[in-house]
Amino acid sequence: MIKLTRKLEFSAAHFYHSPKFSAEENRRVFGKCNSPHGHGHNYVLEVTVAGEPDPQTGMILDLNELKEILDREVTARFDHRHLNHDVPELAGKVPTCEELVAALWRILEPAIAPKIQHGRLDHLRLYESPDLFADCSRNGQ
Amino acid sequence: MKLSLTRRYSFPASHRLFRSDWSDAENHRVFGKCANPHGHGHNYVLEVTVTGPVDPATGMIANLADLDSFVRARVLDDFDHVNLNEQIPEFRGAIPTTENLCRVIYNRLSGFSHARIERVRIEETAKNSFEYVAETAPSRETAEYEFQEEHS
Repeated sequence: MIKLTRKLEFSAAHFYHSPKFSAEENRRVFGKCNSPHGHGHNYVLEVTVAGEPDPQTGMILDLNELKEILDREVTARFDHRHLNHDVPELAGKVPTCEELVAALWRILEPAIAPKIQHGRLDHLRLYESPDLFADCSRNGQ
Repeated sequence: MKLSLTRRYSFPASHRLFRSDWSDAENHRVFGKCANPHGHGHNYVLEVTVTGPVDPATGMIANLADLDSFVRARVLDDFDHVNLNEQIPEFRGAIPTTENLCRVIYNRLSGFSHARIERVRIEETAKNSFEYVAETAPSRETAEYEFQEEHS
């Protein structure tokens, strides 16, 4: 099996707030991230697909097709957006790095699946900053 | 899907790779420059990976404030700006290679109560990195026992 990774960047705003907590609890649990004015990050997403290269093209997945999917599903929907307000997949959730990478998986997995004949989405790594990232892979990997 | 969260920390420290029961020549043959008598240092980068269920109330596997304070108390406060051979008790009689450092730090962190510590990865330099993966969540005692045995 061969793996292919494409990297992209998007910038977005968020803040952390849970309706299950009081205002004081929200401040205690989320600290500075609770500020309702929000703040932002330059997120870096690494998308890894795994599979067998097509014997005709030598490719697991045409990089142009992957780029089109990422432009449509990630850049158009997440870049220069507010994660609390602009992304329906995160409605009712606290937009942490963990929740965001899980939402991206749920969007990208079905978008990529029909484009790969002998392979699939294997792994996502989402950097919120150079010092913090979340990984998402299939169960059992 | 399986989720994990990784946080990166750094600490500068010095070390020397040598065995007191070997001659200088043997130490230099095996460890090279790393056996120079006065030691040398690195800016170690420590990556700590946690796994577990995402708390629906917080959206988090573990609150970073809890992880940061635990790593600071268990590791960074002791390891920052020290000589690993002289000042870290686990290295009395053991060689502070970065392989062993991964294991020592994993053992210190494995008691984190908010999530499972799945992996400890250390960059000794930009070119060399090492990692300890807790595949089947070994008990703290087992990991320490194996460590002692290898270097006894």
